[in-house]
Amino acid sequence: MAVKILAENIWKTFQTAGGPIDAIKNFNLSVEEGKFVSIVGPSGCGKSTFLRILAGLVPATSGNLKIFPGKDLTKPLNSVVFQEYAIFPWRTVLDNVSFGPEMRGVGKKERRELALHWIDAVGLNKFIDCYPHQLSGGMKQRVSIARALANDPEVLLMDEPLGALDAQTRNVLQEELLKLWEATHKTVIYITHSIEEAVLLSDEVVLMTSHPGTNKINFDINIPRPRDLKITGTPEFARLTLVIWEVLRDEVIAAMEDQR
Amino acid sequence: MNKSNPKQYLITLASAFLIFNLVFLGFRLWYSLFLLGLLIDFIFIVMLAEEGSKFIAARHATKFERSLAIGFPILVLVGWELTVRAGILNPLWFPPPSKIAVALWQLIISYNQFTKTSLMGRPWLIPSMFEKQGWAGIATLAQESDLFGTLFRVVAGFILGFIPGIILGVVMGVSRSVRIMLNSILSAVYVLPKIMIFPIMMLMFADPFGEGPKIAVVAISAFFLVAINTMAGVAGVDNVYLEAGRNYGANRWQMFRHVIIPGALPVIFAGLRLALGTALIVVVSIEFIRAKTGVGYLTFYYWEIMDTPKMYAGLVLVMLIGVLLNEVLQWIETVTMPWQKGRSANS
Repeated sequence: MAVKILAENIWKTFQTAGGPIDAIKNFNLSVEEGKFVSIVGPSGCGKSTFLRILAGLVPATSGNLKIFPGKDLTKPLNSVVFQEYAIFPWRTVLDNVSFGPEMRGVGKKERRELALHWIDAVGLNKFIDCYPHQLSGGMKQRVSIARALANDPEVLLMDEPLGALDAQTRNVLQEELLKLWEATHKTVIYITHSIEEAVLLSDEVVLMTSHPGTNKINFDINIPRPRDLKITGTPEFARLTLVIWEVLRDEVIAAMEDQR
Repeated sequence: MNKSNPKQYLITLASAFLIFNLVFLGFRLWYSLFLLGLLIDFIFIVMLAEEGSKFIAARHATKFERSLAIGFPILVLVGWELTVRAGILNPLWFPPPSKIAVALWQLIISYNQFTKTSLMGRPWLIPSMFEKQGWAGIATLAQESDLFGTLFRVVAGFILGFIPGIILGVVMGVSRSVRIMLNSILSAVYVLPKIMIFPIMMLMFADPFGEGPKIAVVAISAFFLVAINTMAGVAGVDNVYLEAGRNYGANRWQMFRHVIIPGALPVIFAGLRLALGTALIVVVSIEFIRAKTGVGYLTFYYWEIMDTPKMYAGLVLVMLIGVLLNEVLQWIETVTMPWQKGRSANS
């Protein structure tokens, strides 16, 4: 498979009043096309910052970063599903989902059909004319996911998209994400602090060290697809989460001591 | 008092209310202890309403609340009327509502020979005058009507002020350097009572007593308030929306049109409402000191000749103008921001 995302020696240094602080230190990542890759690390390790660098929202201090375009050069390279939903309160569900195509000048009828397709895929047909404040948290995040998919990017970047949801809603959305990925086989970078979520969804889990964030170790998740929540009961799933936790624990403790 | 039996408690309360008022009336205490009586009566009425609400079925609750909202002001008006008629309140200071209503009616139907104005003017001439002379014709017509003169000054000044205000506010919100350069000037002018620029305006206009300086002051006060609020609104658009807009490929103009402006609109409208209130204050103040027409002029004039019912009628008119303009603005707000509807109730 062709490499889709290549990040080499990424550094990110923030200038603060107390002098420069490294947030990301010499981080490397290589993602093959069509892979679902999760980045896991203790809070404050710079994983969200890396995603924002990848999205082009903040510049890296140094390093090489490349998302390789596909055959269709008009396609956007990346679309972000933000942690805080970030769907526009002043747009209906339909207008939120068709935002990307609208900005690219796709015709009204075409983008409406596109949006309706993805609204249907996330099960919000009854709410196309609703405004975000009329929706629950889980529904808002579905809109956010549909908006990203309707934009049809080369790479989907998800920044702890389910972090703000309650446990049951999160389980439902995890299963929906698995189904959506089965249907699209997009290249996905998924930021999370939940090991279970990472193992459930991903082909590969990239572990970051505590602050400043750099590569700790990568795990291949060879649980066969298509998957659903049932695999969380298998011994293989339990083994993998435990192994990853064993490695991550030291970093979490280090991060806690760092913050003290 | 037995609180465990609400029905009995309510009856006791109502009788106490009745006895208190009879005693106050019988001993003519209203003349000497008016404010105390008012306070005690108010407490009684609140307690009665609270206790009474317990007997209202849940499905009638909104109806009950609406009747309280309408009923209490009516009660106040009736109380006002009665106390003045009984000679408790000074009728010169507080003319009874009925007399104010009559005065208002007289103002509507009468014509002031001296100033050649009337309250309503001749609004039916508006279409033909506009055809003949354009906006100048409307202004001439507005000058012979107190009500439409004031309305014209407020609306014309407001519109002339808020449009450049929004433009400058947006520029300041977007450009950090413009914001830094202008911020201290704007803050200084912000605290200045806007009526103080009236003399400057009178200096600058050819006809210091005409409509020009009056409208200019209203426009300038609206301009500053709207500019500052628009700036705050634009600068305060949540960064996550800006990032989302950029990430989904919006160019500069699209960011503006689809993200920044809608994101700032709630604060812009707050500024507009503030500016409208200020515009009304400014217009009335100007009409107090330097005008031959207008509701402010009229109010002041009837104070000078001690015709207080008509003076109060002026207050009623300004209230009506304020409520009307606020309703119009509210309507524009719901049309421009349909997503705000039911937001506070639902979010």
